[in-house]
Amino acid sequence: MFDLFLDDAPALVVVLPLIASAIIAFMPSKIWPWIISMIVLVFHLALSLHLIEEVSISKIIIYEFGNWEPPWGISFKIDGVNSGLQILFSSFVLISTFYSRKIFLNEIEAEDTGKAYSLWLLAIGSLNGIILTNDIFNLFVFLEISALASISLISLGAGLNRKALLAAFNYLIIGAIGATFYVIGAGFAYAMTGTLNMNDLIIQLSQYSDGQLAIFAGMSFMLIGLMVKAAIFPLHIWLPAAYSYAPSAVSTLLAALATKTILYFFARLLFEVFIIYENYLIIFLDFILFPLSVIAIFIGTLIAVYQDDIKKLLAFSSIAQIGYITLAFSLRDHSGITSGFVHIFNHALIKGGLFMSVGYFAILYKDRVTLSSIKGFGYKYPITSFALLICGLSLIGLPLTNGFISKLYLFQALYINQMYIPIASVALSSALAVVYFWKIVEQMWFSDIKPKPEKEDPSIYFPIWIITISIILFGIYSSPIIEFSTLSADYLTQGLQK
Amino acid sequence: MRDKISSSPVLSVVSKVLFAPIIIFGLYVQFHGDYGPGGGFQAGVIVAAAFILYSMIFGLAKGETLVPVMVNRYLMCVGVLLYAGVGILSIFLDGMYLDYNVLSTNPSSGQHIGIILVELGVGITVATVMIALYHSFASFKVSHE
Repeated sequence: MFDLFLDDAPALVVVLPLIASAIIAFMPSKIWPWIISMIVLVFHLALSLHLIEEVSISKIIIYEFGNWEPPWGISFKIDGVNSGLQILFSSFVLISTFYSRKIFLNEIEAEDTGKAYSLWLLAIGSLNGIILTNDIFNLFVFLEISALASISLISLGAGLNRKALLAAFNYLIIGAIGATFYVIGAGFAYAMTGTLNMNDLIIQLSQYSDGQLAIFAGMSFMLIGLMVKAAIFPLHIWLPAAYSYAPSAVSTLLAALATKTILYFFARLLFEVFIIYENYLIIFLDFILFPLSVIAIFIGTLIAVYQDDIKKLLAFSSIAQIGYITLAFSLRDHSGITSGFVHIFNHALIKGGLFMSVGYFAILYKDRVTLSSIKGFGYKYPITSFALLICGLSLIGLPLTNGFISKLYLFQALYINQMYIPIASVALSSALAVVYFWKIVEQMWFSDIKPKPEKEDPSIYFPIWIITISIILFGIYSSPIIEFSTLSADYLTQGLQK
Repeated sequence: MRDKISSSPVLSVVSKVLFAPIIIFGLYVQFHGDYGPGGGFQAGVIVAAAFILYSMIFGLAKGETLVPVMVNRYLMCVGVLLYAGVGILSIFLDGMYLDYNVLSTNPSSGQHIGIILVELGVGITVATVMIALYHSFASFKVSHE
């Protein structure tokens, strides 16, 4: 009976959250939406673990929807590239859903929690679809579902601050432009090759190896569309407001996973499909993505230093961190792609942990968390503050945290490629990260007021500490992340010459 | 609730006459979808057009008594669940997700059953979402006047 479902695990990890989302919309808004979400996501994690096990044996799973063979039907593909991301995704959504209950109760109106969980699962299902899909048009559909679900979730923050509505609207417009660019590009590719399946696209594109203008135009449209969605500098302007005015639980989910899944697909498209046109790829990576990443690392951190609002500070630091990932990808070799994936994993954990802790402060302080509002929080709420400290040190890249592993691999990759200026820029950005993080630490522990410790809610700090412990754990014993990232890089560098 | 336009007898008579034929045409597009042009999306919009016409002519209050908000909301989910349910059913019958062949002993009739059920789900959801969109925008305006 259960075997029946295990065979269809690739479809079910996407379909189960989507079905549960529709069922939850029926529910009265009490505790039930959360309980059902938790049950579904436990199954989701079990199915993901099963998938990883299958992939480690068979190397690749292609799931054909409706038994229609690719390239005619839509198919999902799980291989070395996305299996690690799938397990990260599945475990993180479970933890953040556990965390979200009390946060949602405090931040949005009780009658809206049912809607919130319905949208929450919709976002989870569609983001998971982005990880698994092997079809460029199907990706567009998932991009749109995830964008619409997250926009609605962001707008739920309007109860706290009306600016959430403006942030959601900006994201809607800019995100829609990005998605339109992507689908125009996919349209060009379809017009030239007659296929949407990625594996088939590789074969069909190789017929035009001399290069066709329409294909180059299509590729550019697709890449720019994805750059908007992944908030790669200078197409990031929707991100800071969207992350900082969303309800805290939503910021956690979006900051940790939404841009990461799209960055993964960006890498897959670049190194698996567009690698056929190596000249085009080299121009794109060396003259567009590389300089933009270096600027993003610098600008993102510099703006973060001047932020007073802590959620906004973290959002701008995300732009710099996305810059690290794209900088690593732009090196276009095995070491670069490995370090990019390592940072996708590590940054998802770090930013997740940071937004979770700040989200808890936000409901304790009952207002926006600014630098002046967290005075003495290190003494008042020691458990959460300590988790925030560890996550922040990891963001800077201190040894014994997973952020150090990220930086180490990035420096190594840059050194192999003899990129000395980016090394300086990454080092400078890390130094600036110390500056903005020190501002938080200073207010929390070294301000003039030292209040008595207050009781903290275990159901909130428990998930925060799971993330924090995993940050330390992966800093000491980093081989699971390294293995998954190396595996991803192995698959993606098959087409590379050098 | 009637405003100036709806007090015109021509409009109310014409819309009463048109209401049923629009729905019939919607159903035709819906169930003809697997032989010819049509399907759930188009049919859903056509059926919703009938209800939206009714709301426009006779006012939002009457429109909402015809399609209560809660019923509309449930039907939105029912449509999605019908679609997904066909997929889950085909998994239970030992096929892939949305594999219509296993729905009947004969693969060809299985495909017919599958596509009709799935398109019905699409039709219900599209129609109710269109009605909900109209009602929410219309009620927004009323509350401001």
